[in-house]
Amino acid sequence: MNGAQAVRKKKSQAVLTTIRKDIWLYIMLIPGVLHYLIFKYLPMWGILIAFKDFNAYLGFFDSPWVGFKHFADFFSNPDFKRLLANTLTISFYNLIFGFPAPVIMALMLNEIRKEWYKRSIQTLVYIPHFISWVIIASLTYTMFNSGGVVNRYLMQMGRDTAVPFLTSESTFRGMIIGQTIWKETGFGTIIYLAALSGVDPQLYEAAIIDGANRFKQLWYITLPSIKSTVVTLLILRLGHILDNGFDQIFLMSNSLNRKVSEVFDVYVYTIGITRGAFSYSTAVGLFKGVIGIILIYSANWLAKKVGESGLF
Amino acid sequence: MKYKRSLLSVLFDVFNYTFLGLFASTAILPFLYVLACSFSTEKEIVERPFYIIPRKISLSAYEYIFSSPTLPRAFLISIFVTLAGASIAMFFTLTLAYPLSKKYLVGRNVLLALISFTLVFGGGMIPTFLVIKSLGFLNKFWALLLPGAISTWNLLVIKNFFQEIPQEMEDSARVDGCSAIGTFLKIVLPLSMPVIATFTLFYAVGYWNDYRSSLLYMTDNKKWPLQLVLRQIVLMAAGNVDGATFDEAYTQPPLEGSKNAVIIFGTVPILLVYPFLQKHFVKGIMIGAIKG
Repeated sequence: MNGAQAVRKKKSQAVLTTIRKDIWLYIMLIPGVLHYLIFKYLPMWGILIAFKDFNAYLGFFDSPWVGFKHFADFFSNPDFKRLLANTLTISFYNLIFGFPAPVIMALMLNEIRKEWYKRSIQTLVYIPHFISWVIIASLTYTMFNSGGVVNRYLMQMGRDTAVPFLTSESTFRGMIIGQTIWKETGFGTIIYLAALSGVDPQLYEAAIIDGANRFKQLWYITLPSIKSTVVTLLILRLGHILDNGFDQIFLMSNSLNRKVSEVFDVYVYTIGITRGAFSYSTAVGLFKGVIGIILIYSANWLAKKVGESGLF
Repeated sequence: MKYKRSLLSVLFDVFNYTFLGLFASTAILPFLYVLACSFSTEKEIVERPFYIIPRKISLSAYEYIFSSPTLPRAFLISIFVTLAGASIAMFFTLTLAYPLSKKYLVGRNVLLALISFTLVFGGGMIPTFLVIKSLGFLNKFWALLLPGAISTWNLLVIKNFFQEIPQEMEDSARVDGCSAIGTFLKIVLPLSMPVIATFTLFYAVGYWNDYRSSLLYMTDNKKWPLQLVLRQIVLMAAGNVDGATFDEAYTQPPLEGSKNAVIIFGTVPILLVYPFLQKHFVKGIMIGAIKG
């Protein structure tokens, strides 16, 4: 046995001793690791059926390989363009209306000097975040259906017919964005308010002495102090541009607005679960997943490039 | 320090206080309206467009709900799934987070990398469905409880919290003859009670609100939790759900008032735990914001 081998043997023995010393830690790992293997990594391996013609009778292993057939089918399908357009449109609207909303609201809350008023507002606006999409869709229905609260007021104000908020293509996107803003704006302020609470009050005092009014203070002190939080969240948001949230859109879509409401997530469910085209829908899901991972890593790279810390 | 406020500044304050007040009331008014409707007569619901105090209290909506076993059963199922789910989730999350919080653990970085990867990529809906199916979990409550038992985000936050506990405290327990499991149970967990409370509530809210798992894995509508039944009652009555079968237990289509009562059943448990949630989630989010 030469020296190098002896060192290696010693090393592996040392590793074994540490493992033995922490044996209970490794035993504790077992349930969690099994969970990840079964519910996270086994499905990733199952993605292989996107390249097969999955047949329940033949099973996972014996189903024939078909290469990129399902992807080719999907890209040449007229559905593809529509799904991509719908997905991107909803994401885009969410980005330009939904993203700035919590920033603006945090700035507005920050201007409130009466503590009790501020706290009451915060208590109320955080609530919708914890309410399920089913309840929110039900509330939306109660408020906006043809005999709902909103339409009854509109009729009282002189409209002859009810506005079909829930069943028309032209209102669908507005309803989705509105729901998202209502549900998440309040909760989204938390992270900005935390950034704002870290601002040194002396900065404001100095600015007042220098004659800066409230709007100058906002522009020169408050905004710069949340800039990096805004940039980081914005860039990370770009990584999720293809995620529209299955739960919300599935609940709000119906046969009358299908043309604008069908997005990738809902399409995978309809084609895969209700029509049983497992391989094809897995291919659709994989396409979305791969674009997503590319976007996330590029967004993270971009975040670091502009001097923010990034997510990983 | 007092200084003279400009007219513009005063106007802005008026607008600001009013606007935020209005926005905040939209967060609660729909619930108050639905609550009022659930205790109203059908006549009043039709006659008055919006109100939060009913003129005449009626319990018929709730009587209707309890006239068939479907909703009470769904409610009990939801409670069971929430309690069992939150317990299972905390067991899985805590037992995984603790070893991962030990920087000297051999293989820790590989595990952490593999776990973090699931944040950005996953098998997706169909492969996961096929795994659940081949495990024989379809129409079993395991399908609602197990797949969501670890939220990677929660896991990493709890791991970071464990990392902050001074190692000396654990070492002294070990020197006194406490086993590794004993140290975890008697030293680490008691020190982490606020974190445990927060994340138990987070998981509980998640399980209570979940309808996707039951939509995917429960074809037997006798095993549906409240959220899925609610979706069917409210949205199907609106013609919003296609292809779903309405539970034959209700011979009459649901009355307007009873839909409201179901919404209340789905919301009240959340509002009951909300004060406890609110105490902790801000902190929870901030712990999560720190990288580790």
